[in-house]
Amino acid sequence: MKEVNVGKMVHQQQRYLLSFQDKPIRRFLCCLVIGTLLFGLVWLLVGCGPRQTSAAEVAGPAQTIENKGSDTLVNLALAWAETYIELHPEVRISVTGGGSGTGIAAMINGTVDIANASRAMKPEEIAAAEANGITPLEFTVARDAIAVVVHPSNPVDGLTLQQISNIYTGKITNWHQVGGEDRPIVLLSRESNSGTYVYFLENVIRLGEKSNLLFSPDTLLMPSSEGISTEVRQNPNALGYDGLGYVTPDQKMIAVAQDASGPYVLPSVDTVNDGSYPISRPLYMYTAGQPNGDIKAYLDWILGEGQTLVPKLGFVPLR
Amino acid sequence: MKESQRFRWTEFAIEALIRVIGFSSIGFVLLIFLFLLREGVPVFFEAPLGNLFSTRWYPTFDLFGTLPLILGSILVTLTAIAIALPLGVATAVFVREVAPDWAREVLKPMIEVLAGIPSVVLGFFGMTIVAPLVRETLGVPTGLTALTGALILAYMALPTIISVAEDALDAVPKSYRDAGLAMGATQWQTIWRVVVPAARSGIVTAVMLGMGRAIGETMAVMMVTGNAARMPFTLDSLFRPVRTMTATIAAEMGEVAQGSTHYHALFGIGIVLFLLTFAINLAAASTIFRKRRRGGLR
Repeated sequence: MKEVNVGKMVHQQQRYLLSFQDKPIRRFLCCLVIGTLLFGLVWLLVGCGPRQTSAAEVAGPAQTIENKGSDTLVNLALAWAETYIELHPEVRISVTGGGSGTGIAAMINGTVDIANASRAMKPEEIAAAEANGITPLEFTVARDAIAVVVHPSNPVDGLTLQQISNIYTGKITNWHQVGGEDRPIVLLSRESNSGTYVYFLENVIRLGEKSNLLFSPDTLLMPSSEGISTEVRQNPNALGYDGLGYVTPDQKMIAVAQDASGPYVLPSVDTVNDGSYPISRPLYMYTAGQPNGDIKAYLDWILGEGQTLVPKLGFVPLR
Repeated sequence: MKESQRFRWTEFAIEALIRVIGFSSIGFVLLIFLFLLREGVPVFFEAPLGNLFSTRWYPTFDLFGTLPLILGSILVTLTAIAIALPLGVATAVFVREVAPDWAREVLKPMIEVLAGIPSVVLGFFGMTIVAPLVRETLGVPTGLTALTGALILAYMALPTIISVAEDALDAVPKSYRDAGLAMGATQWQTIWRVVVPAARSGIVTAVMLGMGRAIGETMAVMMVTGNAARMPFTLDSLFRPVRTMTATIAAEMGEVAQGSTHYHALFGIGIVLFLLTFAINLAAASTIFRKRRRGGLR
């Protein structure tokens, strides 16, 4: 009880101090606060200068390779970078995701050394880069298959490309129309800044032909691969697509057939390599002009030894 | 004499400094608005108005119908406020009028902690826990709906509403309560008929500020509303996915080529959002000014 009283008293004293009405004291406090702020500013300005230069000197000998782009490739690019740094500790590699478009935009602006992309650069993007004095050079570093995924309890095992296209354009809206239960189909897609999205639109929804078919307006656009897998894991109505590397065991993959007569093929390293799985694509790295030095050594390693890491992340190696 | 002159000089310097800082914050808002206008207005010349106010948002293929996005934002925000208003006011009344001192001392900081939860955490919570709950209890095709977004937004707007409404209740003179109780009213009657109506304008301000917070929220909304740009016109729209203006800007700005129609369209959405938030804040401010004019007698 006594302690409580003491606490209250202290509290009141503090309040009293803060609400001081005497003008000189307020003025003094004002001066003090502003003086401290100014002093802090000056100290920051003076103090930071030399420290930054010393940091730059330390970082001098090591070259940092900036590597940015496709979210599909980001895990693989990280694995490559980590392994490569262990082998060559003098090299620094910084890997960031953000989407193929982000990586390519950074390449056009000249802010990255290597841009990762899950789609080829468009002609206008190459033109934009050349306008900035950069000639992007394309390297195929791995292959990827897009898996079509559903909730594990979904009885549907296989779909044709035409059926998937009809579902995603809103012509088929219930699972029983493709041999499943009587449930509405919830469509999941990546956001439009994803290379996977563009690839899926052009090669599955439009079946690789020139047409103006679009995703149905009811399609849920998820900002990340994680968003798609979370929803597919939880929702028995869901139909989603994502890179093979992102499919977790708690999602069910659908076997895809080119047309109704063809064989239904599940995506796997073998079916992608022999070309029987219909939705697969190359993954690219772009450099600004002919690479040299550390960047060239890194790319050579990726195309050679680095390929052993590719299957471990669910992608398909080149050889 | 000398002493006081020196003091006046420092006072002048400090006042000038504070004035510059104060005006610069207004200046920044103006500059931001000018920047928004510069980047956003070209869309009105690049895309026909019919396209801009159509119902299909598909910027990859030059369809810039902003209506589903504007309506989506409005639907989610209004629903969030409809949920947060009764909860927030009731909490404020409880904290201010009913709770004993020790409970108030615990509750107030807890409510402030609520305001500090990062929106991405709430978004993740909404995606993994609220969304499945919504889907299972309501039997809708997916849990990523306008309602889920509204629930998360209501939660985010609550701390603002509670603390502002509580301040408003705090400002009601004690004599009002005493008078109410002296007239033989019960505590509940005093609160409901006297104190809350007296604090009405402050409560309206609280709701407006909460609304401003809700309409501008991005990350959590992007994670839980499903982001499907459909028109929310059917009766069940609340239980269907929507795409808000903020989520659209956040999701697409990273990809867009600078200077393209899509880029200008995103800034155009920014202008709409800015104007909406501005109108809401203006409404909130006008209730505050009205309160000031009437002095203590509200």
